This record gives sequence, C-alpha cells and structure tokens, in this order.
Amino acid sequence: MEATAMGHAQAHDHGHRPTGLRRWLTTTNHKDIGTMYLWFSFAMFIVGGIMALLIRAELFQPGLQFIEPERYNEIVTLHGLIMVFGAIMPAFVGFANWMIPLQIGASDMAFGRLNNWSFWLLIPASLLLVTSLFVPGGAAGVGWTLYPPLSIQMGMGMDLTIFSVHILGISSIMGSINIITTILNLRAPGMTMMKLPMFAWTWLITAFLIIAVMPVLAGAVTMLLTDRHFGTSFFSAAGGGDPVLYQHVFWFFGHPEVYIVILPGFGIISQVIPAFSRKPLFGYTSMVYATGSIAILSFFVWGHHMFTSGMPVAGQLFYMYATMLIAVPTGVKVFNWAATMWRGALTFETPMLFALGFIFLFVMGGFSGLVLAMTAVDVQMHNTYYVIAHFHYTMVAGALFSLFAAVYYWLPKWTGHMYNETLGKIHFWLTMVFFNITFLVQHFLGLAGMPRRIPDYALQFADFNVISSIGAFGLGLSQLLFLYIVIVCIKGGPQAAAKPWEGAEGLEWDVPSPAPYHTWETQPVVK
Amino acid sequence: MTKQARWTGLPRLAALGVLVLLSRAAEAAYEVNFQAPATQLAQEVYDLHMWMMGVCVIVFIIVFGVMSYSVIRHRKSSGVAPATFHENTKVEILWTAIPLLILIVIAWPVTKTLLNMRDSSNADITIKATGYQWKWGYDYLKGEGEGIKFMSVLATPQDQLDGKAPRGDNYLLEVDNHLVVPVGKKIRILTTSNDVVHGWYVPALAIQQDAIPGFIRDAWFRADREGVFRGQCAQLCGKGHSYMPIVVDVVSGDKYAAWVAEQKKKMAAGAEDQSKVWLLADLLKHGEEVYTKNCAACHQANGKGIPPVFPALDGSKVATGPKIEHIKMVLNGRSGTAMAAFGQQLSDTDIAAVISYERNSWSNKTGEAIQPSEIKAERR
Repeated sequence: MEATAMGHAQAHDHGHRPTGLRRWLTTTNHKDIGTMYLWFSFAMFIVGGIMALLIRAELFQPGLQFIEPERYNEIVTLHGLIMVFGAIMPAFVGFANWMIPLQIGASDMAFGRLNNWSFWLLIPASLLLVTSLFVPGGAAGVGWTLYPPLSIQMGMGMDLTIFSVHILGISSIMGSINIITTILNLRAPGMTMMKLPMFAWTWLITAFLIIAVMPVLAGAVTMLLTDRHFGTSFFSAAGGGDPVLYQHVFWFFGHPEVYIVILPGFGIISQVIPAFSRKPLFGYTSMVYATGSIAILSFFVWGHHMFTSGMPVAGQLFYMYATMLIAVPTGVKVFNWAATMWRGALTFETPMLFALGFIFLFVMGGFSGLVLAMTAVDVQMHNTYYVIAHFHYTMVAGALFSLFAAVYYWLPKWTGHMYNETLGKIHFWLTMVFFNITFLVQHFLGLAGMPRRIPDYALQFADFNVISSIGAFGLGLSQLLFLYIVIVCIKGGPQAAAKPWEGAEGLEWDVPSPAPYHTWETQPVVK
Repeated sequence: MTKQARWTGLPRLAALGVLVLLSRAAEAAYEVNFQAPATQLAQEVYDLHMWMMGVCVIVFIIVFGVMSYSVIRHRKSSGVAPATFHENTKVEILWTAIPLLILIVIAWPVTKTLLNMRDSSNADITIKATGYQWKWGYDYLKGEGEGIKFMSVLATPQDQLDGKAPRGDNYLLEVDNHLVVPVGKKIRILTTSNDVVHGWYVPALAIQQDAIPGFIRDAWFRADREGVFRGQCAQLCGKGHSYMPIVVDVVSGDKYAAWVAEQKKKMAAGAEDQSKVWLLADLLKHGEEVYTKNCAACHQANGKGIPPVFPALDGSKVATGPKIEHIKMVLNGRSGTAMAAFGQQLSDTDIAAVISYERNSWSNKTGEAIQPSEIKAERR
C-alpha cells in the first residue's frame, strides 16, 4: 500500500508545484532560493544605504543637525551590521546557490531543505536588527564590533542584536555545509577539483572559513550576553576578566570574516576577466593556491585590528609581519588577472567594466591596508577615517563591484534577456565616480587625525566631509538606476543566447537562457 | 626681453601664484598628510608613511601601466586574435619572490621605529591619563609636578555646540585644563579608564593608546618643540565620544616649573575648602557649574534626562527623598549603567554643590544645603 502511495505522490510531483507564497516559503530549488537571497540582499543594501546617507547627511557640516549622538552611534552600528551580514554575505550566498550547481553540472544543492531554512532564517534575523532601533533605549550604539564594556551598558537593543547575530551565524554555517557538500560530492563526472570553476573554488574555501569562525563570533556575543544578564565577568576587570579578551575573540572571527566577504568576489572576477579577454585565466593553479594561502594566513593576523590595545611589542611585530605576508598571495592574484588580459582580445561590456573597476580600486584598498599593517604608522591611523576609507575600498569597490559584475554577467542566464548595455555602462561610471568622490577624501581625513564614529567634528575636517557627503548621495542615488536596469531586464529585452558572452567558459553556458527550473538532471560528462 | 622686464607681467603673476599655491599647500599639507610632527618619533612615523606611499605609487604605476596598456592595445576591435598562454612558472615565481623581498625591506625600518615607540623606560615624568565617560583625568604620578591631579573637560561653549554661536577655531578641540609638560623631556603616559574602553590619541605626538578599565597601558613622547597639540578620544565610548578632546601644552622648563607651583597652590587652597560651611546660594551657583560640566550630558540641562537610559532628576525619588541616598548615588554610581562613581572624579566641595543644586532646581525644592563635610563622611 505504502509503495503505491509513494509512487502516486511522485507521479503528481511535477504537476503540483506550489505557486504564490507557498512556493517561495517551501521551495528547495537552488534557483528560487538564490533569487530570494539576491532580492533580500538588495533590500538590505537599500536599508544599509539609507543609514549611510543619514550618517553622511549629519556629517555634511560640523555641528549636530539631524541626529542626536546616541542615535548616530546606533545608525553607525546598524549600517555596518546590515551591510556586512545582511547585504554582502547573503548576496554572495545567493550567487552560490544560483551558479554553483549550474557550474559543476549538479541538479541542485546537496541539501534542499537546509538551503530553504538557511534563507528564511535571515528574515527574523534582520527583523530583530531593524526593530532594535525602536525598542526602549534604541539599538545598540557600539559600532558593529560590539566592544565591551560599552556593549554591556547598552539597553535591550543590544540583546536583540546578539540574537540576530546568532541567527545570522547559523544561517551562514548551514549554507556553508551545503556548499561544501555540494562541491565535494555532486560534481559532474570528469570535473576534477582542478577543473572546478574559480567561483566554486573560492566559495569552497570561503565555506570552510565560515564554519571555522562563525561559532567563534557566536561565542563572543554569548559571553556579552552572559556578562550583561547572568553575572559573568568575562570582560570586566573587577570580576577577573578583561575587555581585551573580547577584542581577541571577536577579531579572530573578524579577520577571516573580511576574507569571507571578498574571496567569492575574487572568484567572480577570475571568471569575468577571462570571459571578456577571450583568453584562459592565467595561472589557474596558483590562483587556487593563493586563495588557500590567503584563507590560512587570515587566521594568524587578527591582532592588527588591536595594535593600540597594549599588546607586547613582540605581538605587534608578529601580527605586522603576518599581515604583510598576506599581501603576497593577493598580489599574485592581481598579477594573474593582469596577465590574463595581456594579449587578450578585450571588450568592455558592463561586467568587464566592473571587474576592471574592482581590480583598480581593490588594489588601492590593498595599499591602504598595507600602510595600516605597519604598526608604527597604524598608531596614527587606527580608529580614524583612514581605516574607514580602507575597508570601503575593499568591501564596496571590492566586494560590491564584484557583485555588480556578477549580476550583469549572469542576468542573461537567469532571465533570458539581455540587460540594457548603455544603461549598465552609465551605472558603472556613476558608481565609479561617486564612489571615489565619497571615499578617496576619507584617506586625507584619517591622515589629518579625524576619529571614527563621531557625529560632530573639528573645523579642519569640514571641507573633505562636504565632498564625501556629496559623493555619498550621488553613489546612493546611482543604485536606483541599477534597480531599474534589473527590473526592466527581468520583464523583457532582447533574447539572450545560451552563451551571450563570446569568451565565456563554463557549464552554466551550456544550458538555455533563461535556465530551466530544473537543470542538469542528467549530469554532463566533462572532458 | 630685458632682464628686468622678464620679472614683470605674466612671469611675476605666475611666481606669485606659485607662492600662494605653496602657502596653501603648506596649510593644506595639514589636511592631506599627517599633522606636523612634534617629536622625533612622530617625524619617523611621518617619514615611514611617505616611504610606504612611494612604494605604493611605484607598484601602482607598474601594475596599472601594464593593465592600461592592455586596455588600450589588446582590444578585440584591433583585430588581433587573443593569445592562448595561461601559465609561466618562471614569471610566477618572480612575482611572488620580488614582492616578498620588497616587504622584508619595508619591514625593517618600521620594526626599528616600533621598538623605540614601545620603550617607555627611564621617563622624566610619568602621567596617568584616565578615560571617563566623557572626559579625561590626569594624575602626575612621578617626576616634577608629582601629585598634581585634575579633570580635563571639553570647554567648547554649549551655544557653539548647538550651532547658535559661530564656531571657534578650536571647536571640539578645547578643554578647561590642559595637560602641561616641559619640552625635551621624556613623558610617559599611562592610560586607563574608569568605565569603558577609550583611546588617548594626539596625532602630532604620534601617540594612540587604548585606555582600558582595570588595566594600565603605557606610551611615551619627548616633544622637541613648544606648542599646543590637540587630539581626541579614539575609541567609541558612548554618546560623548566626540566630546572628550585632549590638549597637551608643551612649554619651556621654566614655564613648567611655574605652572607646577601654581597648581600645587591651587590644590592646597582646594583642600582647605572641604571643611568650610557653605551658604545655600553659593552652593547652588557652584553646583550649577559642576552640573553643566559633569551631569548635563546625560541628565540634560533641564533635569529631564533621556529616559529610560538616563533618568530624570527633576522630581526623581533620589533627588527629593533622603539626602543620604542621593549622596551615595553620586559618590558610588550605579554599576551596570552609565552612572559613574563621581566620588573618584570630583572633590567633596563639588559633589556637595552639585547635589545641593539638584535638590533645589527645577521642581525640586528640598531647601537642603549639603556641606562638603557630609560628603567626606560618606566616603569609604
């Protein structure tokens, strides 16, 4: 009886796919889930972006015009948390979901329901974060780094933040388990590890990083929770603890975290550059090893976020040397990209423009990172706008640009239409120009001594703040153009071929555009 | 053109223009580079940074020169078929080894400067800087001036902060009591905190040291010229983070000795005050000053606070109930909140005055005058 019932249910499966809300709530399809991740991340990008504009509006002039200092700190905190955990990371996961099965010739991710859960957990997590603004006492005004003892003083907004971080971490860990299992087990026959597309390689390594360090973050914020409510004193000297312990635990997570948000971006660039150079990626093997070295080295450098915390000079020297070391494999990657372009046959469609912008601006972020690695110089720049400039060059001009490149690159595959190339180029140039107006001058502010996380500032910082704020508004508004381009492309546009980019390589280009709901149900054989 | 004529007209204008630009640049140099170094170490840091910038510029030119060349000359539209090479072991080894060598070369001078920076032994004067929410307190612990202690609070007037008056040149960078030190002497700064992590940061002296509650950290400087050097708190410490600057006055040895003598006299005079019996009117006047400096940031000038985090004092149980509870609250603070133990920061006179002010302002009308001796009696 049971066997018949099962067979009966299976026969019905294809005809009775749920529609509407039920479809999205219960889907285990990697394309659906990837789409949800991407829309979610864009929504969070807008929310985080509005917070950035509130910050820049307040900083347009000395004095307090719009926001009280306490509120300002809350917005600064949420801007960071939302952008990192709500926008950048889910966007990369969205791409992982959409593209990894397509690229490795698998019909879906290894764990469909786990995948669904990983996404839907993001909704309560982000609600906790956003609503923390509206509870008594407001959100936690401590910076995304949540340092105690300040975070112990905060009201219930801090507890909401802690729970949100827990849930975000669980979502990331689950997603990473899925990605690793999928890549290791579901590759098409003939696709050896050294034939894996770079995007899959970088995600594989990133997933290991996530599993290694998200639990550490969970530990850190749990200790904050128990110090706040359960009488522990991990971070209070009066009880035998140490505030610097938190900094160590947090940054042990925090440094690998910044590689978590950039390695998938490296993978994207490593696919886009060869495609538009019509030439294979230079040094595939060393790219893989470089990515692995960066990941391993990332565990040894966390102290460079804490150079002024009072560690012994031997510690400072160790972290300085280890941090400088990471520049080597990163440099290798940049040289490989340049060598890929060398004597290629380049065209400059929007994905390529963003990839080139990525290389140019990420390298500048790398330079400021190298300067910050020099401890004696870092003493002057720690917690100033120089640091803010550095990480926005690497995370916005780095991670975000790679995400834009990826969207334009794969939109035809997802939607079956070509996006408007002219508008895409305009979006690129607007973003490029306004990004630099916003953040280049922040290097100078940091050099001049302007601290971070201040709503009001001394008069000598005024001129560059005006410029930065104007740039920020331009940057923010330009992203509305991106939204328009994407929506128009989804709705219609010139028919996209299965492989709309002449030089593109990879199994994803062997399926039709738009990719059917189920792909690679029969795995291809890779030679 | 005669020799004389060459220096008039356009060339002269151009020269003037260059001079103006240079002087603007000198002014602007303050804005696009580090502040002018005031110690030898700060000069070393400045030079190291210029060194690093040089290296970055060279790498930038090489890498983006190559890429720009590709962008211009290796286009599909030029009609040349793309090459197919995708590896070259020799080149890859070279561009791994050469950056490594460059890094090693850079690391050595930075190491030297850092080792120097961290050696605060044999200081002439040792001063403890304690971070509070939201001000600094200085204790001269050892050397000439030993025993001097004072708080250093933001002195920018409230109406400038509110935008109701034009901002002065040192907006947000001025305090009531400067940290005075003699030129040319090795000054060791010990940092700690009363509550949360703060950061003692004076760019011109190339010092930034976290101030961590329950722990002591150290840094040092030897100013090689007289002057006033300003800095700010560098670690987010709550709502007053932008409002707790640092001002270091480097003066000649003679001026320093005179300042020390004056400070000692003031402290002796202050100690006498503690047994004086004050009139309510005088207490209220002094109390209002103390309140504005220390309490208004949270409890607000109108006493209404920002509930629930910063309770109102106007009509509060503590401020209108038994005075002993009020005294205990101000002396000892409330742990787990932002209410600090002001007994550690303020004198008996100041605390007596501010409590009297709070108990007799707004709608509070206890009529009580709290004397410094009552505060002294409550201290444990």
